[in-house]
Amino acid sequence: MLKGKSMTPETSPTETQIPRRPRRHLLWIEAGIVVAIALLILFAAPALLTAIGQEFRINMLGRFMALAIVALGIDLIWGYTGMLSLGHGIFFSLGGYAWAMYLQLQLPEGELPEFFTLYGVKELPKFWKPFHSLPFTLVAIILIPALIGALLGYLVFRNRIRGVYFSILTQASLIVFFNFFNSQQKLINGTNGLKTDTAKIFDVYAGSDDAQAIFYTLTVVFLVLAYIVCRWLTSGRIGKLLVAIRDDESRVRFSGYNPTGYKVLVFAVSAGIAGIAGALYTVQSGIISPKSMDIAFSIEMVIWVAVGGRASLVGAILGALTVNFAKSILSEQFPDIWLFFQGALFLVVVTVLPGGFVGWLRNEGQDLLRSLVGRPRRIMTYPSLAEDPEVEYERQNLRD
Amino acid sequence: MSDKILEIENLTVSFDGFKALNQLNFSMVPGELRVIIGPNGAGKTTFLDVITGKVQPTEGRVLFKGKNLRSKSEHTISRLGIGRKFQTPRVYLKLTPRENLDLSGNRHKDVFATLLGRPSKPEQRTIAGLLETIGLTTKADIPADLLSHGEKQRLEIGMLVAQSPDLLLVDEPVAGLTDEETENVGNLLLTLAESHSIVVIEHDMEFVRQIARQVTVLHQGSVLCEGSMDDVQTDPRVIEVYLGQPEESHD
Repeated sequence: MLKGKSMTPETSPTETQIPRRPRRHLLWIEAGIVVAIALLILFAAPALLTAIGQEFRINMLGRFMALAIVALGIDLIWGYTGMLSLGHGIFFSLGGYAWAMYLQLQLPEGELPEFFTLYGVKELPKFWKPFHSLPFTLVAIILIPALIGALLGYLVFRNRIRGVYFSILTQASLIVFFNFFNSQQKLINGTNGLKTDTAKIFDVYAGSDDAQAIFYTLTVVFLVLAYIVCRWLTSGRIGKLLVAIRDDESRVRFSGYNPTGYKVLVFAVSAGIAGIAGALYTVQSGIISPKSMDIAFSIEMVIWVAVGGRASLVGAILGALTVNFAKSILSEQFPDIWLFFQGALFLVVVTVLPGGFVGWLRNEGQDLLRSLVGRPRRIMTYPSLAEDPEVEYERQNLRD
Repeated sequence: MSDKILEIENLTVSFDGFKALNQLNFSMVPGELRVIIGPNGAGKTTFLDVITGKVQPTEGRVLFKGKNLRSKSEHTISRLGIGRKFQTPRVYLKLTPRENLDLSGNRHKDVFATLLGRPSKPEQRTIAGLLETIGLTTKADIPADLLSHGEKQRLEIGMLVAQSPDLLLVDEPVAGLTDEETENVGNLLLTLAESHSIVVIEHDMEFVRQIARQVTVLHQGSVLCEGSMDDVQTDPRVIEVYLGQPEESHD
């Protein structure tokens, strides 16, 4: 009985060298699957939706994939690093506004975007000027949210503010940004927001079918890129360290790591990802307004991740897509019922599926499937126990 | 002066006026295995907290290899070469023992080094060897969650060693272990003592007798006495505050 507890290992040390090769194989398989799904969504999905007369859902799918990109960013900081941000609307909107400002400025020389004349503004505000340039705008979409995220993160994490206090701070920042954008009519059209549909990009209307098809493609590409970045950050040493920070941050300090830098890094990456998502979403829905900095919207983002499964990148994407499709389909059928449904969904996830859908699939779901097909349940056991001759003997002789 | 690995001078720590440590003086030479005992509330854990930077001293100073540790943060002190094991095993439960050891043993702990770093071949070999020493080779790739209490204790000691510190601070390593496991941990510590300086805080007298060479007794935040286990056990002051209590019925 005490054999398993002895200090000398029972098996030869060669066993320690096993896992390396297969992992690389798995990585290639995963890459293949990702590319295959991306190609399906790019080519098959629009054709299929057109064939069944649901053409308008293509745009919807594009927008929801943009939202899935934010969900990835949130999963990175919440699912893996344990920081629950309730303020990702800030970064999402900053990306959206940056892109919308560029589009608004696609006018003949000397003309101002229309809304400025309504408020009697004669000259373009200074901070608009760099947004004439496409390269600047593209960089700004990622960097402005990332830098603001890094600054906010640095101030918060350096002072070891964690948990609920961190969440409240992000929500408070969200309210500050909302109020600023909502009240500045003369700077960014305040509560009306910026329209992008009628703006021209490369001599095509941003709202036209051709442009929308390109934005759809770009969304798929960026979703894949965001997945790769998050996958990279959550695997390998840094991924393990993020999990360690999530589970026991102060222990990490005693192991010689300073968690602040790591947390600032992932928070900034997450904010940058949200910025890209915001730009892609804006251009496919035709408008960005302070509404995207609603408290409720940022909380919804968290719900997508919770439903799909924390600490699972696929879960975050699936969560964002399913919840949003459920939302639009349900609210088409029963306009009043969606909010109740969303509340119920969240309750169910918190009480019954704490690991989200993917978490369930990884554990209980597999057992359920196995029992449906009539195969025995998997049994978790210690490797040493499985090899223990005494246990083996008991199994063979005491069963009947 | 600097031939001492750890030197503590007139250390006082007070929390809202309560002195957890009071004018404490303590020193250790390299390679020493020192056991610290003392009744509950004697300030043993606070003592470790101060050395590792978790708590700042109100007065006095802590010198590690001649360097003052005041206002250095936990990770800086850890990188200087002080490793700490906590009272209840604190390992990263969602990671496997191998990953736990890899994180602790990583030599480059800056953000970008960790971002790009992969465990090198020699590092992997060191970890495999360490897993063998702590007897977790067969369980190296299951989540640490599934380990027993004793295995977690050993894993955490392994994590300490992986950091290759010069000074190991070990807080109650055998709390909640069976007799056999206790002996294992004792042997492990004795092996480690050949190449490290170690401070062990412990309640279990049997265990202290197994490993102790030099014993320091803390009482009400200061050192009551120091010496070999036999000296300490016969010291009337120690018997009064600590050792005597459970044996009162014999008198």
